[in-house]
Amino acid sequence: MSDLTRRSASQIAGLVASGEASAVEIAQAHLDRIAAVDGELHAFLHVDADGALAAAKAVDERRAAGEALSPLAGVPLAMKDVVVTHGLPTTAGSKILEGWVPPYDATITRRIKDAGIVMLGKTNMDEFAMGSSTENSAYGPSHNPWDLARIPGGSSGGSSAAVAGYEAPLAIGTDTGGSIRQPAAVTGIVGHKPTYGGVSRYGLIAFSSSLDQAGPLGRTVLDAALLHEVIGGHDPCDSTSIAAPVPPVVAAAREGARADLAGVRVGVVRELGGEGYQAGVLASFEAAVEVLRRLGATVVEVSCPHFQYALPAYYLIAPSECSSNLARFDSVRYGLRVGDDGARALEDVMSLTREAGFGPEVKRRVMIGTYALSSGYYEAYYGQAQKVRTLITRDFAGAFEQADVLVSPTSPFVAFGIGERVDDPMAMYVNDLCTLPASLSGTPAISVPCGLSENLPVGLQVMAPALADDRCYRVGAAFEAAYESANGPILDRAGALL
Amino acid sequence: MSYDEAVARYDPVIGLETHVELGTASKMFCGCSTEFGAEPNTHTCPVCLGLPGALPVANAAAIESTIKIGLALNCSIASWCRFARKNYFYPDMPKNFQISQYDEPLCVDGYLDIEYDGKAYRVGIERVHLEEDTGKNTHVGTSGRIHGADYSLVDFNRAGIPLVEIVTKPVPGTGALAPEVARAYVTELRDLLRTLDVSDVRMEQGSLRCDVNTSLNLPGDEWGTRTETKNVNSLRSVERAVRSEIIRQAGVLDAGEKVLQETRHFSETTGDTRPGRSKEEATDYRYFPEPDLVPLAPDADWVEQIRASLPELPAARRVRVRESLGLSADDLQQMTNAGVVDLVGATVDAGAPVGEARNWWLGYLAQTANEREIDAADLGISPAQVARVVALVADGSLSSALARQVVDGVLSTGSDVDALIAERGLKVVSDTGALSAAADEAIAANPDVAEKVRGGKVAAVGPLVGAVMKATRGQADAASVRTILLERLGVSE
Repeated sequence: MSDLTRRSASQIAGLVASGEASAVEIAQAHLDRIAAVDGELHAFLHVDADGALAAAKAVDERRAAGEALSPLAGVPLAMKDVVVTHGLPTTAGSKILEGWVPPYDATITRRIKDAGIVMLGKTNMDEFAMGSSTENSAYGPSHNPWDLARIPGGSSGGSSAAVAGYEAPLAIGTDTGGSIRQPAAVTGIVGHKPTYGGVSRYGLIAFSSSLDQAGPLGRTVLDAALLHEVIGGHDPCDSTSIAAPVPPVVAAAREGARADLAGVRVGVVRELGGEGYQAGVLASFEAAVEVLRRLGATVVEVSCPHFQYALPAYYLIAPSECSSNLARFDSVRYGLRVGDDGARALEDVMSLTREAGFGPEVKRRVMIGTYALSSGYYEAYYGQAQKVRTLITRDFAGAFEQADVLVSPTSPFVAFGIGERVDDPMAMYVNDLCTLPASLSGTPAISVPCGLSENLPVGLQVMAPALADDRCYRVGAAFEAAYESANGPILDRAGALL
Repeated sequence: MSYDEAVARYDPVIGLETHVELGTASKMFCGCSTEFGAEPNTHTCPVCLGLPGALPVANAAAIESTIKIGLALNCSIASWCRFARKNYFYPDMPKNFQISQYDEPLCVDGYLDIEYDGKAYRVGIERVHLEEDTGKNTHVGTSGRIHGADYSLVDFNRAGIPLVEIVTKPVPGTGALAPEVARAYVTELRDLLRTLDVSDVRMEQGSLRCDVNTSLNLPGDEWGTRTETKNVNSLRSVERAVRSEIIRQAGVLDAGEKVLQETRHFSETTGDTRPGRSKEEATDYRYFPEPDLVPLAPDADWVEQIRASLPELPAARRVRVRESLGLSADDLQQMTNAGVVDLVGATVDAGAPVGEARNWWLGYLAQTANEREIDAADLGISPAQVARVVALVADGSLSSALARQVVDGVLSTGSDVDALIAERGLKVVSDTGALSAAADEAIAANPDVAEKVRGGKVAAVGPLVGAVMKATRGQADAASVRTILLERLGVSE
């Protein structure tokens, strides 16, 4: 393996800035790594070697011209295929968008390009971000670098596999109910879901508008923070984007690396644990809480009684919004068109296209959502779920009076085998038990690796109040520093591809 | 059944839903231009095309216009409300949902006072809300309709143009005058919107569109089942649609059948309504709050600022015009019926004497509007332009014949008065040298007539005047021509 692909994003940026390595060399090393291992990982749906090398060359030229480089200039990145990229195919993991080439850039795509970050390609995902394993991708699942027979999490599983498999030091994921955090947890990397409204959604193909949020994946907390700083901040093209500065996430990650949490109150959420959680996951989590205590944090137990309703509320709100968001895929203006033989009525062509273009999980959610929003059922389903959402937000508010951050396992289980849960939607949905509350209340949450169970990584979730993303990074970085000083980087213990 | 029989037996209840395209420079949720008549699909972007990932951002000017309308209609302005998604599949809807408002409209519970034939009516306003327009389908083929079309084209230039929907409460008690009251309401509303300067309210271009609800009941009974008539695209059609629907429903009821709750379409050519989508197969729109937009919470101070900035509204302006112009009751009634009270007032405001303004609007312009079956206000000439013509006649720059030519020119080309005069060279020829030459030519060409005049028959000079006018292409002042001719023939009056 090329040495360059083993480096963190911040190290690579340093190499580019100092001239020790060119951005082109770095891009090529990662493209070579992709060529070598992606046949097994299937992290990418589309690799843009020409575009990546051109972007890298531009960075090298700017450096040669003596221009100031932004902090991540020349660092490669893998982009989740749900984010719109001008001139690069964007499918959201669906057949219905096969071949569609967007005529515009998402705001975060634009910010990433402007920062001189080198986009290597688009990563695999569960279709329209619906799933926890990438098994719902229309293009086949991605594989976990720790064990190729296992899932890399989802829906941002292509992004997590790419980062954990050293194909890219950074990736963009999106998180609607846990789709950044759970893939990060089960592949042993860092993933952060920002405060809702903290990162623009303009150009992010919508699954559930009130929940979707893009965020960074990286192998270190600092790397994630550096990427967060690039993509975060107000965007006038997104009405739900918050008009506030990006929280000081990079500074917080650096401060956390000093491994001192004196004065920080850490709340353990009673309801996120116990029955349904793997023993090894709970053991790793409890050990992690001990580490936080040793770093000086005050650990308290908090109760959030409405968290138990997060799952049913989420599985009404998200499908309801998706049933409306996905209505635009009708064959009229772009994407797949099936059955247009000149004789069929438009309605029939729309139906045939959607029948052929959407996979079973997308159809299931569109149907659930259509039903939940229908006249006479709205109040009982969508209306009620929104009330639960308010109660969960109140639970958070109460808990944050007692603690600065809340912690839990990120996922109740370690990576499971490909095919193990596909026939049982409920067994798949419980992946999200720990991540859903933060999604529903719009609060930020990070997942950092906290140990192994069955030789597979376990994630620690750190949640903070809205707009206090920096607390996630500080506590995450402190834990990371303590863990690595005792055990070394967790990815060094991944088997399959190393 | 005749209309008179229908309204003798049944009481109509009417209601109107009016859609107004706002005249903002950009669309409701993106920066695209709202200009009418551009090449298809040139005023589009990822947002109004509903491309994957695109998001709406609300247009503040459109919100302000809607609040203006709400205030002018005596509505309460919501201190907090939301947009909602109205979900249904149709190829002119880029997202297959329309961003509209559902149970939380921006303006509620107002009224508009109108007058017809000397009687006042108060039409209750249920709500005024803001939404986005759809694209426009063109069905290509012999039928021109979706069924049987060879193919269909969609133009998304209109998609996303801000649209205000104004819904009345049911209006009972209009009796046989229901069609006229419906028309008077739309006329008044249109004047109001024009005064507020929020829309160009051109029904023929679709910037003002009407749906008319009609039901009938026996006197003393509960209100009947209503139908909703769409495709009502002129003031005259509003009246005709209500009338034909009253006749049709009375026929249905007389036959002992039930009126179906349904959407019907008005046909300009046949003047009657045809069934559209019936409610049995009606879509469930699955409304829910639009999660891509934040709630709308107009600041109370801002609303008061808007209220304070409202212009004088048509009703008040009419009162002022009546009083300040000292119009007779007859004149006023005539002007009201012709829909020109405001136009006369505005023409006077622009500097014309009352009599001249009255004569133009009740005379030549009313007559032209009548011939074209449109309203005087839609002729395409403004009160300021009429006042300018009046002023040019008064200072002798235009003869009355020329003035009509100028007015015709304005009506047909849309040019401004002075530009048109310059372009066509329409000026009174006051050069006596040129007129004398033309007079001599006319005398030489008509020796018999000249002889008669010289013999003392002054009244016979008419054909000579006509010849000079013709030679000067109507640009001379007929009275001066006459004087010159008589002078050269050595006759005095």
